[in-house]
Amino acid sequence: MKELIDRLKKIVGERFVSAESEERYLYSMDMGTMPPSVPDLVVMPGSTEEVSKIIRLANEYKVPVVPMGGGLVLSGLTRALKGGMILDMKRMNRITEVNPKSRYAVVEGGTSEGMLQAYLKKHHPELKHSLPDAPPIATLAGNVCIHGSGHLSVLGGYHSDMLNGMEVVLPTGEVVRTGSCSVSSDWFGKAPLPDLSGLFMGWAGTTGVVTRLGIKLYPNYRYSDLLIFVCEDAEDMPDVISRLTSTQVAEDMTPWMTPIPEWAKGFMHINIAYGAHSKEELTFKRNLLQMSVKEYKDKKIGGFLPMPPPQKARYMQIPTPDLVRFADVRKGGGFEYVGAIMAIEHFAEAYRAGVEIAERNDVSYSMGARVVGAGHSMMFFYAYAFNRADKEDMARAQRALEETNAAALEMGGIPWKAELPAQQQIIEKMAPDTFALMNRIRETLDPNHIMNPGNWERT
Amino acid sequence: MKHEEILHRCFRCGYCKLPSNYTDINCPAYQAFRFETYSPGGRMWLLRAWLNDEITNSKRFAEIMFSCSACGNCVEQCAFPKFKELLLEVFTAGKEAFLDAGQVPAPVRDYLTKIQLHGNPYGKPGKKRPEWAADLGIEPFSDQEYLFFVDDVGAYDTRGQEIARSVAGILQQAGISFGILSGEEVSDGNDVLAIGETPLFEELARKNIDVFNQKGVKKIITLSPHSLHALKNHYPGLGGNYQVSHYTQLLAFSMGKLKLREKGTKPCITFHDPCYLGRHNWDYQSPRMILKALPGASVVEMDRNQKNAFCCGGGGGNFFTDILSAEEDSPGRVRAREAARTGAELLAVACPMCAVMLEDAAKVEGLENRLQVREVSEIMAEYLVDG
Repeated sequence: MKELIDRLKKIVGERFVSAESEERYLYSMDMGTMPPSVPDLVVMPGSTEEVSKIIRLANEYKVPVVPMGGGLVLSGLTRALKGGMILDMKRMNRITEVNPKSRYAVVEGGTSEGMLQAYLKKHHPELKHSLPDAPPIATLAGNVCIHGSGHLSVLGGYHSDMLNGMEVVLPTGEVVRTGSCSVSSDWFGKAPLPDLSGLFMGWAGTTGVVTRLGIKLYPNYRYSDLLIFVCEDAEDMPDVISRLTSTQVAEDMTPWMTPIPEWAKGFMHINIAYGAHSKEELTFKRNLLQMSVKEYKDKKIGGFLPMPPPQKARYMQIPTPDLVRFADVRKGGGFEYVGAIMAIEHFAEAYRAGVEIAERNDVSYSMGARVVGAGHSMMFFYAYAFNRADKEDMARAQRALEETNAAALEMGGIPWKAELPAQQQIIEKMAPDTFALMNRIRETLDPNHIMNPGNWERT
Repeated sequence: MKHEEILHRCFRCGYCKLPSNYTDINCPAYQAFRFETYSPGGRMWLLRAWLNDEITNSKRFAEIMFSCSACGNCVEQCAFPKFKELLLEVFTAGKEAFLDAGQVPAPVRDYLTKIQLHGNPYGKPGKKRPEWAADLGIEPFSDQEYLFFVDDVGAYDTRGQEIARSVAGILQQAGISFGILSGEEVSDGNDVLAIGETPLFEELARKNIDVFNQKGVKKIITLSPHSLHALKNHYPGLGGNYQVSHYTQLLAFSMGKLKLREKGTKPCITFHDPCYLGRHNWDYQSPRMILKALPGASVVEMDRNQKNAFCCGGGGGNFFTDILSAEEDSPGRVRAREAARTGAELLAVACPMCAVMLEDAAKVEGLENRLQVREVSEIMAEYLVDG
């Protein structure tokens, strides 16, 4: 190990390699409920070339490599399940290009969501990118690779749909590009080439290390607004979502259901964010949205929540620290959620299952969803808070998460950024030939099995 | 350990690493080292692990703890309002526990030993303390309205002495009645407290309070924002109650008494907020009021300013211990580069520590030909009719 460490130090510099117990401890876990797995060391590369050299070295020593961005996935995907090194990518945080006409940005693999947001605000205020609900230190590459979604997902789909191309260091050290940038100097999109980006998205870092990516940017409207539609019956939600998305004017739609505060308990809320270049356009869009669900208002079974401006501003803050504050509900610094990607029509079933599981396990919960595309699917989330200092409380949350994963799969959904037990549940339900294909791809790409081993493997 | 009951409540969401506009990393230690362990959240989790016997108090861990410059960005940005105010107290308590356990980085130990033995971190005798004022004709404090309190850097560091002389000269021109002490005083103790050596801080503070009280001091002007913080916010708890102001706060409201002239140039100035004037004491305007009043001068802001200002890396004793020195990633060098990006030719500072840190950083960065680091009073002096 000492020889490996010395050689790594020659690649990235002495300061950016550590096998000290403090780093090994902290990088052994994330903030969720998965148990720690201690890495042998942590390395922080500063360039694609350094990543490539590290990977080649890891092959030579047959040492596992676990790429890590913000480390905020919560489901333990960046734990070194079989030891080896954590590749903390956050030194690679440069924004290398913004193309305002073709509306894309090219960033390095450790660039944070917040940094790009700030950069665009200063240099290209007419543009924005889709921000996830994660804290701003989360990385763009990490979020794209887990098929994240965000505040422009009704408009543009999953963040992986907003990907134009990637630069990736393969598990054998070669540097490849996917999308237009593999042929052209422009990063305008994935078409018309064979879509190799799919080899790296949803794979939990088992197929390579993303060192650069191009993502789509969108117009940043001068005027923005938010409506909150409320109804009582979860069964109505698929129709409500369908009507609202059919207007094609919303940028983001996020249903939420929570027992606290008391006034919100038992109600289905949908935050609908939209924007416009002029006040007239904004009014027009608001009218379209309101008209689409007028029938519910007329029947007095749904309507729009009046909101004082400060409350509205709080809902419109992107990203909002309110979401991580859920971790303090039990004064215990922890929460984890199951985000199940599923069809819209399962909304009521998903909601009922969440309430039952939370009550059965006596856990503090919050539920919600993000509508993706024009109602093409949704990421339905079940968040459970726990007290990190109380092992029983953590175990309760873990149980609730496992039950939720099972319930989501049962109703036809698929757990998102699945933790290890959920990966097993998915593999069990997956068409055998599909899983066999995944294994063949991995075998081809990673003959020494060094990339984040333990994930997407049948135990 | 004090406040250990909140350690597990940190989610490690990372808001503490950034300014509120997310432009760049805003925690000096995390900027310098880049491992999660050096971030505020990392420290919270490591301290908890240590108290739970999951890790030991190693040399590395001590470096992680003492690299905190106590800049207060984490307190400002933490997403958890119910305990964010306690974050720096937690880190200070952690350092205190390391001191009790005898696990202290050598430079920290040397820093504290010199202060304990000599009353200042330079290891120089107290009688040399007022030498900065030689030939300025400043009277020892007796019954003047203000005591001008000069910190260790202003008293003993060559560059700090220049700044102390500059400030004193302007106070004289503004007709402010003030005197200085003759070396009876000792270090203000601010950074000793941030390091967690509370008993030594109290000893220093009590010595100063005794001197102030014997002399009948009621109002104090400080050269350094670090002194401002200690004297204003921590001395009252030990019986030292004075009206304390940083010199920029006094001068901002004395500009009318000073005659300013056109210089013939129109300098573009960017201002670096000192943590102990800004985030710790919420004054972002006094130095800017002075700079904006200078004929022809314009002030441009860095991306990170006021409550989002990026620390020079000198706080928490790091000015002396140099734990945060980290080649091109050191906070001072990062800040100097940020200042240069504004296009300003002057980087104004209002703290002797910031002045030394950023001057050194600008030199190492090769910026000295396009970015001059000047203290606010020095910039101001060039505009005074009799200056």
